[in-house]
Amino acid sequence: MSPRETFALRDYLGPDLKGRTISDAHKVVSLTNIVSETCLVGRCDELAGRSVLLAVTDQLISAIAMTEIDGVARRMLLCPPDLNADHFNALIEDAEIDAIVTDQPARWADAEVYLVMAARAPVRGTAKAKIKRATEWLMLTSGTSGVPKIVSHTLEGLTGAIVADGPAQGTPPVWATFYDIRRYGGLQILLRAVIGGGSMVLSEPSEPIADYVARLNASGVTHISGTPSHWRKLLMSGAAAGFSPRYVRLSGEIADQAVLDGLRRAFPEASIGHAYASTEAGVGFAVSDGLEGFSASLLGSVGDGVEMKVEDGSLRIRSARAAHAYVGRGAAALTDSDGFVDTGDMVELRGDRYHFVGRRGGIINIGGLKVHPEEIEAVINRHAEVRMSRARSRRSPITGSIVVADVILADGCDVNRSDEIRDKILADCRAQLAPHKVPAMIKFVQLLEITAAGKLARTDA
Amino acid sequence: MSIRLRIISEMQRVAAEQQVMLPPLDDNLSLHETGFDSLGFAILVARLEDDLGIDPFTISEDAAFPLTVGDFIKAYENVPA
Repeated sequence: MSPRETFALRDYLGPDLKGRTISDAHKVVSLTNIVSETCLVGRCDELAGRSVLLAVTDQLISAIAMTEIDGVARRMLLCPPDLNADHFNALIEDAEIDAIVTDQPARWADAEVYLVMAARAPVRGTAKAKIKRATEWLMLTSGTSGVPKIVSHTLEGLTGAIVADGPAQGTPPVWATFYDIRRYGGLQILLRAVIGGGSMVLSEPSEPIADYVARLNASGVTHISGTPSHWRKLLMSGAAAGFSPRYVRLSGEIADQAVLDGLRRAFPEASIGHAYASTEAGVGFAVSDGLEGFSASLLGSVGDGVEMKVEDGSLRIRSARAAHAYVGRGAAALTDSDGFVDTGDMVELRGDRYHFVGRRGGIINIGGLKVHPEEIEAVINRHAEVRMSRARSRRSPITGSIVVADVILADGCDVNRSDEIRDKILADCRAQLAPHKVPAMIKFVQLLEITAAGKLARTDA
Repeated sequence: MSIRLRIISEMQRVAAEQQVMLPPLDDNLSLHETGFDSLGFAILVARLEDDLGIDPFTISEDAAFPLTVGDFIKAYENVPA
């Protein structure tokens, strides 16, 4: 066989490394033998050169299907389980989908595509379709409204940061993530497990957190990632006790000092890092000094083909790991003429460190004065009595909007002290924030909604 | 507590938080003279909406914003329960 230049996901899953697994709450599959497992009943060669929508509910089947399809299909669009069905037709058209791989074939019976292929629990298969091309990996942005944008990556770009980091020290890691692997943050972890020679434990959306942590422990998870909202939920649950990962990673939302300190207390032995990544810009950088924000010295060239700058207050990234383009008719340009992706994440220089202050679109306007909700939450979250908070806009007949905050108290916090805690929070907000940024009201709540993408739900943003 | 008393006590609370020196409140005092800025009024109106369940300035599209403390209180008292 002549050597080929195209590298595909399954090339990282050789028979040499023993004992590697991928598991969910129900099933453990050996990654060592995965090349001989099939979820497509050996029909993968029918997908050669096709644009495939991977619409499988089950993450484990999805992961195995990815290893089968990568290198075979022209395109593979990863469909997160929570995707609004109203968007399917637009996505199929924009991504020129002609084949659908799904565990619910009946649901797609009317889809106007060439082929609907059933994906099932893995069985032993023999012949694998030949690796012939670098499959385009299409992912969806996780914005809250409208049809999500389709973003095009290559496996090389997706794995750029992983290859740059080099192999993990010591015994191969067992990775887990709170994310769904069809999201950028989750896929990164799956790829880290596959490429780094490790194992992978998948999340299960309906699983109680204590059961999930018990499963992480039972599977010997050493490396784990999630959004700050995922982590606050874990810290709040009391289930973190007894779990001691070696590496804890945050991404996808602003990692404020309070959540970093909370994780440091919960996992004193772990190395804790927050990474900046987005579906469009790819993995930018990781920060491991335990402090929120990032050193201003990272601007310019980060190395590994990543360059960053701040323009009009937002972080811009030019990177070999960035997506290549938005896909579809009338798709906007992904980068400016110099090749920089505008992340829409607003930063502010304080001393020699940049701090994330919020999303460009999430600003609350109070009679012409503006504030990012995240800036207020960072001040509120610093209180030991607070587990998490959400600042939001409330309509006002006087100023258009005012800021109000919903706060979840930390475990064991005496509810009878809520007036005292409220006064303390407000006093701190007044000391540290401009008057219009101080919440007009603070409400104590039991629960704050987290989106399927693992981020704090912001209905007004 | 009457609506009037609730409004006055909420005004005093917001004034304390906003570090506004509230002059003695009587019906003829102009709202401008209370020392509240628009943010102070916005907070007051939102708190009163939670407390009393009404926001007279949003309910009626043509509600003129009151000029005096007396007008302000009347706006709440005149909303049909």
